[in-house]
Amino acid sequence: MDRRSFLTISLALGVTPAQLWSASSAKDVIAIGGDVTEIVYALGQGHRLVARDATSTFPPAAQELPDVGYMRRLSAEGVLSFAPELIVSAEGAGPPEVIDILRAASVEFAEVPEGYDTDAIVRKIETVGAALDVRDRAEALAAETRSELDTALGRAARSEDKKMRVMFILSTQGGRILASGTGTGANGIIEMAGGVNAVSSFEGYKPLSDEAASAAAPDVILMMDRSGDHASTDAELFGLPALSVTPAAATRNVVRMDGLFLLGFGPRTAKAVTALNRALYPT
Amino acid sequence: MALADHMPTSRVARARQMHVGLGVALVVVGMFSLTVGATDVALGPALLKLVQGEALTRIEAIVLWDIRAPRLVLGLLVGAALAVGGAVMQGLFRNPLADPGLVGVSAGAGLGAITAIVLAGFAPLWLATTMGDQLVPVAAFLGGWTSTMVLYQVSTRRGRTSVATMLLAGIALGALAGALSGILVYISDDRQLRDLTFWGLGSLGGASWTKTIAAGPIILVAVIAACALGRGLNGLALGEATAAHIGLNVQRVKNVAILTVAAATGAAVAVSGGIGFIGIVVPHLLRLGTGPDHRPLLINAALLGALLLVLADVIARVIIAPAELPIGIVTAVLGAPVFLWILLRQRGMVDL
Repeated sequence: MDRRSFLTISLALGVTPAQLWSASSAKDVIAIGGDVTEIVYALGQGHRLVARDATSTFPPAAQELPDVGYMRRLSAEGVLSFAPELIVSAEGAGPPEVIDILRAASVEFAEVPEGYDTDAIVRKIETVGAALDVRDRAEALAAETRSELDTALGRAARSEDKKMRVMFILSTQGGRILASGTGTGANGIIEMAGGVNAVSSFEGYKPLSDEAASAAAPDVILMMDRSGDHASTDAELFGLPALSVTPAAATRNVVRMDGLFLLGFGPRTAKAVTALNRALYPT
Repeated sequence: MALADHMPTSRVARARQMHVGLGVALVVVGMFSLTVGATDVALGPALLKLVQGEALTRIEAIVLWDIRAPRLVLGLLVGAALAVGGAVMQGLFRNPLADPGLVGVSAGAGLGAITAIVLAGFAPLWLATTMGDQLVPVAAFLGGWTSTMVLYQVSTRRGRTSVATMLLAGIALGALAGALSGILVYISDDRQLRDLTFWGLGSLGGASWTKTIAAGPIILVAVIAACALGRGLNGLALGEATAAHIGLNVQRVKNVAILTVAAATGAAVAVSGGIGFIGIVVPHLLRLGTGPDHRPLLINAALLGALLLVLADVIARVIIAPAELPIGIVTAVLGAPVFLWILLRQRGMVDL
């Protein structure tokens, strides 16, 4: 179309040419990382997504998208088959050779920093917003998320001596407890929800010895709600000698929550904080 | 009786014919691998464009030249290295279950890779900047080479290498490497743990020209050198003493066998991770078909290994496209049942 008719149309639509340009340059985007995908949808940009990675399971619409696999093992050609213009990815997508090839194919690549607190969530939203060129919406979503989180954290906060000791267990495969230490998403959400991590002697997820598990004396066991070989029933869980002597076993106190909801650190985290806080302190 | 007399010659002749057959099949599979993929870029139309003097689109050029071509070349080399490595080891140890793992390559390479993955964060800055993304493959190659050399030193006394000592020391060294890897696994975080698991399953996914140019010459030279071992390994099949009596330089055969296998498999494992089954299955398939003469066997092993690995790679990258399956899963899932079937079908007829 020529310039004049273009102007006429844009004026008739009540938008400036610049806006029309940016709208018409809507890019095909691939989102990598469950939290990133959630943020893309929360920013109202879900329609721009052409594919997602294996961890992007929320919102349900995301599951309709083709799955490019595990984020650290992307296939260069698999990604290129969607002819994306932009990849918004959580930290650590790879392998590096594949990222190099994608960059050479002039696919833009935006990496969203990881983190487990309010500031980190706000930074994620801002980074995704900037990459998708919807800064205004991102500002609004970030402000909204921050205020929701502040409210949730305010409600969840309690004095040190009244905090529940929470042990996050990733799996109890073969009777061995794989628990979360410090510096993990699980540790972050436990603290945000007004609990205290019962396992603070190591960083990351590690197998816990039976005696250390007993000594940690958790009041509550927190697990991801999932089926398959990681699932263990309450009976199995408290049947483990290490856990049978803990306060949690005495009260049969287990909390199970959806993994992405609990550990995603995205727009839903305020709700996760409130939900976990209610589960920890029911009264 | 007449039939039995003719058997060996006809099998060797068949093995020689097979060079040509496998060579042709290899070209076909190679073309196929350049044509098939997650994108709809195909070799034919792109070649047509080039012939007509048109420029390829950016995507076509990248998919064909930067993604599929290095992958094909690397697949050919790795497949040939693993299969020839397996055949040479089986000949050297006179044991149908031998694979390159016996000379410590796999354990050492695995330990090297795990060390690089887990401890990359602690590496001195100059190392991290000079190596960059190549740290894991380089560490894997050095690990494989070092452990083979240690084994070789341990089992060589007065210029004579004892294959039996090597076998036993290899088991001990493997256990040690496994234990060290276990310590590193313990201190790794869950992301590194996933990297380790995927590394162990193998993949040609990170293929690039840099990797191909680094590993290619090593593999190529080693595989060609190993293919020349046919007569020596045939001699060793008679037993070491007899081989020496018929004028074979037994120690030289051993040296060349161990060094070439360490170099070829080490480089292959370094660029592709752990890919199982090719080294065991390919030589056996060929022996069942064309007999145990190592001279044609080694060449056929190189060709068939390359062929199967490229085919497995095509399957790995299209079967769950746009995602990609680790190639080790494909080689095992397809290789194991086929191998079993052939074994059962031939049982009673063929004595391994």
